[in-house]
Amino acid sequence: MLKDITIGQYFPGESVIHRLDPRFKIIITLLFIMMLFTGDSVWCLIIGAVFTVMSILLSKIPVKMFAKSIKPLLPFLLITALLNLFFVSTGEVYWQWKFLKLTSDGVNISVFMIIRIVLLLAGSSLLTYTTSPITLTDAIERLLSPLKKLKFPVHELSMMMSIALRFIPTLVEETDKIMSAQKARGAELDSGKMTTRVRNLVSILIPLFISAFRRADELATAMECRCYNGGSGRTRLRQMNCSARDYIALGITVLFFAAVIAADKLIPNIF
Amino acid sequence: MAILRTEELTYVYSEGTPFEKTAVDHVNLEIQEGEMVGVMGHTGSGKSTLIQHFNGLLKPTSGKIYLDGRDIWEDKDKIRDVRFKVGLVFQYPEYQIFEETVYKDIAFGPKNMGLDEAEIKRRVLETANDIGISEEMLERSPFELSGGQKRRVAIAGVMAMEPRVLILDEPTAGLDPAGRDKILGLIKKYHERTKNTILIVSHSMEDIARFADKILVMNKARLFCYDTAVNVFSRAEEIEQIGLDVPQITRVFGDLRRSGLDFGKEVYTVGYAKELLLKKLREKEVR
Repeated sequence: MLKDITIGQYFPGESVIHRLDPRFKIIITLLFIMMLFTGDSVWCLIIGAVFTVMSILLSKIPVKMFAKSIKPLLPFLLITALLNLFFVSTGEVYWQWKFLKLTSDGVNISVFMIIRIVLLLAGSSLLTYTTSPITLTDAIERLLSPLKKLKFPVHELSMMMSIALRFIPTLVEETDKIMSAQKARGAELDSGKMTTRVRNLVSILIPLFISAFRRADELATAMECRCYNGGSGRTRLRQMNCSARDYIALGITVLFFAAVIAADKLIPNIF
Repeated sequence: MAILRTEELTYVYSEGTPFEKTAVDHVNLEIQEGEMVGVMGHTGSGKSTLIQHFNGLLKPTSGKIYLDGRDIWEDKDKIRDVRFKVGLVFQYPEYQIFEETVYKDIAFGPKNMGLDEAEIKRRVLETANDIGISEEMLERSPFELSGGQKRRVAIAGVMAMEPRVLILDEPTAGLDPAGRDKILGLIKKYHERTKNTILIVSHSMEDIARFADKILVMNKARLFCYDTAVNVFSRAEEIEQIGLDVPQITRVFGDLRRSGLDFGKEVYTVGYAKELLLKKLREKEVR
């Protein structure tokens, strides 16, 4: 059950996408998100989709993994799409029953929204699938470093983020273990009455909190033992170097973005 | 009849992802009622995965597990009953403790079984007595206890369900020698009193040699062997080859054999070794 969580998971690999400089990957992902929400002609979406599919293929990560990351959000997507479908009242009316209306705008908006969000999820999962959490937070720290001048605690923030990210899998594993242990004592967690299930949650949360505090304590001691005293004067094990490849990738993204803007302005919307 | 039997049991982790790993590979096994079984194997050899199949926490990717001759996955809704019949104590079980008092924590399992108060009380008191927890301790918070005491409370929590098979995954890990001997002694006594089947996973060959009638060895997801302690330790060389230890005394006698003093291959307890040596010395005196 818990093993199915794929958001934020990293799949080690050697593909072009894996080897891109993480700072560029973050910028590219941000551009990609902006690109998806620019323009409302169908061509803009097609260009966005092409960009997503191309990147996924280049990353050599099984398409199944992307389906998995979208699956848990599917119900929300469908509900919002349905709401849009029946409650948007502008445009040509196809069908009407009391306050429910099916209009051309409604259909457009809901279809666009589903496609956009699916692309958004797939594209942003690509970032975490191909970048290890530690590199990712390092890159964020580097990108935010200009804020240091404003006395913003960039290093502390990124340290907190990397610790949090680092401990997600550990805590998931821990939860899994505690759940198994309580199930072995007959606790009903995924069957039985709702009230007993909620009560049994306590048997998981208490050990989990205790162990999280214990781990935090141990980690703090371990960091102090190694003379950790914040970001100033720290050097890095992995230096980030951007190469021609990164500029090419960024160039391609910018081109796609330009294409989206051009498509929005020049090609008349067929719907 | 065998109380536990597996048939081509196979389990694959994260099937269909880059992390796919076969943890248990076509294991066929029969454990007889009342046996005390030692389970050994390297970290990652699949022993922990294997034992989690016995009480239905993991569902085999393929193959079957029979408890008392019945396929445990025949009726999915009855899997909880299997968990009451096959009690599993995890590694570092003290981390599962959550109740305010020791009594309540031990009573968690029996309560989940739907027993009445009187029966729950009987079981808690009996197992507390079995595992050396005084009545005064029962009303204290489990978080005030020492590591060894907490461990015993957690084990009692599973024992109180009175399972017919009790499985303990490294019950002595991280304890000092005194705590270790205490827990092993109590488990041994529990076995003598209840005659229940017990499986103990352990890395300590000395412990296994001292307590187990039979030994199950896992190696690289496969069943390496399952036999009586005598037969297993007489294969000392093979066992050392797959990177596991044999009891120190077996190693000493192996060295003796290689230097020309052969006592046979089945020496694995100090007591038996002493007898052999004394016999040999007496023979010498007679001559």
